[in-house]
Amino acid sequence: MLRYIFKRLIYILIALFIIVSATFFLMKLAPGSPFASERDFPAEIEAQLNAKYGLDNPWYIQYKDYLVDTISFDFGESMKYKGRSTNDIISESFPISLTLGIEAMILSIGLGVLLGVIAALYHNRWPDYLATTIAVLGISVPSFILAGLMQYFLAYKLGMFPVSGWKGFNYSILPALAIAITHAGFIAKLIRSSMLEQGNSDYVKMARAKGLGKWTTVFRHTLRNALLPVVTYLGPLTAGVVTGSFIVEQIFAIPGLGRHFVTSITNRDYTVIMGTTVFYSIILLFAVLIVDILYSVIDPRIKLKGAKK
Amino acid sequence: MAQNDQSFEQISPDKFKIVGGRSDENEKLADKSVSFWKEVVLRFSQNKLAIFGLIALFVIALLAIFVPVFSPYSYREQLGLYNAAPSAAHWFGTDDLGRDVFVRVWQGARISLFIGITAAIIDLIIGVLWGSISGLAGGRLDNIMMRIADVLSAVPYLLVVIILLVVLQPGLLPMIIALSITGWINMARIVRGEVLSIKNQEYVLAARTLGANTWHLIKRHLVPNALGAILVTMTLTIPSAIFTEAFLSYLGLGVPAPRASWGTMASEGNKALTSAPWRLFFPAFFISLTIFAFNAVGDGLRDALDPKLRK
Repeated sequence: MLRYIFKRLIYILIALFIIVSATFFLMKLAPGSPFASERDFPAEIEAQLNAKYGLDNPWYIQYKDYLVDTISFDFGESMKYKGRSTNDIISESFPISLTLGIEAMILSIGLGVLLGVIAALYHNRWPDYLATTIAVLGISVPSFILAGLMQYFLAYKLGMFPVSGWKGFNYSILPALAIAITHAGFIAKLIRSSMLEQGNSDYVKMARAKGLGKWTTVFRHTLRNALLPVVTYLGPLTAGVVTGSFIVEQIFAIPGLGRHFVTSITNRDYTVIMGTTVFYSIILLFAVLIVDILYSVIDPRIKLKGAKK
Repeated sequence: MAQNDQSFEQISPDKFKIVGGRSDENEKLADKSVSFWKEVVLRFSQNKLAIFGLIALFVIALLAIFVPVFSPYSYREQLGLYNAAPSAAHWFGTDDLGRDVFVRVWQGARISLFIGITAAIIDLIIGVLWGSISGLAGGRLDNIMMRIADVLSAVPYLLVVIILLVVLQPGLLPMIIALSITGWINMARIVRGEVLSIKNQEYVLAARTLGANTWHLIKRHLVPNALGAILVTMTLTIPSAIFTEAFLSYLGLGVPAPRASWGTMASEGNKALTSAPWRLFFPAFFISLTIFAFNAVGDGLRDALDPKLRK
């Protein structure tokens, strides 16, 4: 187990190194400068600005500085918003994205399990068709379209929810739902098929033959085993929630990290782009690792590759 | 015993007659034998959802090909009618620059479908080559190739794509490159898995014992047996590529104006939602329908190809 975790940690380090280097070199190649929108200022000022951010050094010095800064997790000041450090931006906006992300995850798992269980229990009857249709719609309609439609109908037309902003729980319902529905659809499909599979297994038949009630069997036996594929889905789910936040935070004007990331891209704000990319990468890489470890803990049949007790 | 022997002798041979039943006829199958692919087609055609998806895709493809050709308007022509509601002249209305949304939706369909399908084909080529070489070679080469794929797949996909597009400048080709740069890994893994499992089957061993060379093995055994999994993976790659393209266009990293993919149109439509809702509705509907149709066809194919579900 320890050996496995060690091996995975090395992968994570290599992947991080690739991301960090790739971001650096791609940013060097990128056309446009963060000071481009203020073109009209004199050359001396531009030179001074470049000197301040170290942009006048040869690339290998910049690369070395950048690697050292990244290891010490210091991404410097935003190039667009003077006086704001990238770390400040991350520590200010990440809690908001985290709240939204956790809400979206709970919603998608809850909704997905509910739909999947209903579909499996009423296999080939109308509740199954209804639940499957909702799941398929959820998968097919992209989250940004759903977000736009919900904002228009539920918030703007019917006034059930605030249209945009971030001032309390009410403000988070629609964005979380918009991120969650696609993933709820996937989870519902997973739960449905694995519950149907478990329903044919001997231990479920045994439980029914012993005289256990339908619901007891479902909750004590079938669902427990049917939840395993959902655990594998937690990795992609984390990634999906993060990327979902890029657009949904934009639509609902939520001051989260996703929105800052997208803004920094349009602004070509190098320091912020690099900082957020590295930050996101660390979160995603560790999320996948935790899910894999969790999976082997929950299901003792799974043996991790390279793990020899 | 003696009596029995006598009674046998009393039965004359003409009481026996041949009633038929030749040994080679016994071996005949009662039903006509159905080839694997015929059976797949049969099972696929019984899946209503998959057939619906196939028809929807066919219609969308036809409209994407012919509407921009035969429409009286062009996708970039500004008609002076701003944000007009759908009418007999403009079936899907017009946008803020007075362009006909119906033509633009089908012009956008061309771009979205082209990007989705091209990205899937590139994934297919790289993935199949990488996976089959890795699986066939085995040993150290396999190890190295798979470790490379492992590390690459650990890199968060969308972050790389976004940064790549920022650098390459939005456009058709950069979009396709960005989409396929990590997209092939999934295909490579599936192909490698198939190759490994087929490689160790007894019939492959038998063929090898009989003197078949590697090329024969690939042609007769590996390709036909791995084809199903490859086909399913490819059908399911297209909708995810279309989805990602729409997502990136929404972030403003899509194909530059005046061209527009469905994602760009939906993004612009979202901003005009209160004044011209049809500008979001139509592209949104067709993105969703296309993604749904590809998924339905892919799922149907997977079920049809699964020998466990054979009846």
